Amino acid sequence: MDLESLYQEIILDHYKHPRGRVLLEEPTAESHQVNPTCGDEVTVQVALDIDGHLMVGYEGQGCSISQASASVMSEMVTGVTPSDADTVRRAFVELMHSKGAVEPDEDILGDGVAFVGVAKYPARIKCALLPWMALQDAEAKAGIGIDQQKGSS
Amino acid sequence: MVQPLDVARIRKDFPILQRTVRDDRPLVYLDSAATSQKPIAVLDAERAFYETSNAGVHRGAHQLAEEATEAYESSRAAIAGFVGAAAEDLVFTKNATESLNLAAYAFSNATAKAAFAADSVDPRFVLRPGDSIVVTQMEHHANLVPWQELCAKTGATLRWIGLTDEGRLDLGGIDSLIDDTTRVVSVVHQSNILGTINPIAELMDRARAVGALGIVDACQSVPHMPVDVASLGADVVAWSGHKMLGPTGLGLLWGRPEVLASMPPFITGGSMIETVFMEHSTYAAPPKRFEAGTPMVAQAVGLAAAVAYLQDLGMDAVEAHEHELTGYALDQLEQLPGVRVIGPLDNVDRGSAVSFVVDGLHPHDVGQFLDDKGVAVRVGHHCAWPTCRRYSVPATTRLSTYVYNDRDDIDIAIEGIVAAQKFFGV
Repeated sequence: MDLESLYQEIILDHYKHPRGRVLLEEPTAESHQVNPTCGDEVTVQVALDIDGHLMVGYEGQGCSISQASASVMSEMVTGVTPSDADTVRRAFVELMHSKGAVEPDEDILGDGVAFVGVAKYPARIKCALLPWMALQDAEAKAGIGIDQQKGSS
Repeated sequence: MVQPLDVARIRKDFPILQRTVRDDRPLVYLDSAATSQKPIAVLDAERAFYETSNAGVHRGAHQLAEEATEAYESSRAAIAGFVGAAAEDLVFTKNATESLNLAAYAFSNATAKAAFAADSVDPRFVLRPGDSIVVTQMEHHANLVPWQELCAKTGATLRWIGLTDEGRLDLGGIDSLIDDTTRVVSVVHQSNILGTINPIAELMDRARAVGALGIVDACQSVPHMPVDVASLGADVVAWSGHKMLGPTGLGLLWGRPEVLASMPPFITGGSMIETVFMEHSTYAAPPKRFEAGTPMVAQAVGLAAAVAYLQDLGMDAVEAHEHELTGYALDQLEQLPGVRVIGPLDNVDRGSAVSFVVDGLHPHDVGQFLDDKGVAVRVGHHCAWPTCRRYSVPATTRLSTYVYNDRDDIDIAIEGIVAAQKFFGV
């Protein structure tokens, strides 16, 4: 059944055992995003460490897809440069809008490839994207981004 | 005794119920509180109107214009008759949300006008700081947000009647909540999320006792039980056509004639005027005063056909059918471990919207499993977010039935819930 492509083992594992699900002690900025149609919520916080690598904290409540997506995101973008985080985020957004037609790249997306089945369920795409939208918004508020990195390099 | 509904026969009247979804599963439609499905008689009526009589109404001197006007106004009379009202007291709007906004804007428009020309408005619609508006904690956003906005524009204070753990209105402090400062009491007849049927007569009596206008959101009651709008004791009653087998795009607002006559218009422009000069205009009497622009003629014709269909079934029979199904759904859900109904558990003063939560499972995931079995339900906060907060749940899954549902539909939904619990290991 199609449900097994939606709820892949990796997604269920992240849902039941979320990675990195803590808030930062000193976030530079945070973003609270809600899905007003269902009430899913996620708060994502960001800061840079002394090497210019991303630190990400989050908490939230919602369906398995939104919460597993936050867990995968935390795993993929913590400790990388804002530029590399942006590459992952763009690949994930593209995957979600692909209607299942894009072959996801595990080298870029890691466990994020498991969300390929979500793209076939239009009502769930917003769930999967919620934490990534929060990440983008938090980075913008913190002034973290590719432009800033280019400026400093 | 009322005759039980012949669901097998009724189902044949609904073309959409013959289709399959998700890998050829028969459609089990349990989302009628969101919108009902439409019988062929409604679809035929709309089509026949367009095929034979379509024209602008209340204008033109040709035969089609006459026929279209007759179709529109006789539909109004039929729909009004369904709720025991006179045609001239029934206003067509785009949906129930617009109906409630029409009522709320009567106050903000009158308040704005009063600042310049106090004599031109009925003082009952003029609000000022110190006034209060009373709603309940189980309102649909459509009967909450317009009143919040009205308070923000006028300085009035919003109050609300809280809820008991059992899903009923907490009427303990009602006399201090609805007091001499209260100008509007706007309450839902039957909750779209909890299923609770509220004691409207009692609330409207209290509103009248303090001189407040009483408004009722009847979206979930008019489709499911016999309702006589005048006997509710309200000044204004709002509901929609698409939840009662009719087309989308048509909302209803009934008002006591004396109240409608003193309400300023909401949307202005063509069709709602009496005379127009460059300096000023005067307005038509209700209901036309509230129907600016080209109206929803084919939709009105369709809703009149829906009303005829429901009258043929008999609203007593509809109510009895749903009461029985609701009792069955509550019994089945109560037997499931890890499932908790949000709303009254006793099938008394209770409608057919049954919300529940499953321990360890988000409603979105429950809904996905039900969808996989062909079962359409609503998941989320049902446009009643504060109600969800009251019961400390982010969202619920909601089953809601209508004339075309039977116990088999409930059984398939229960199977889906069990499958979801098994899959997620909760």
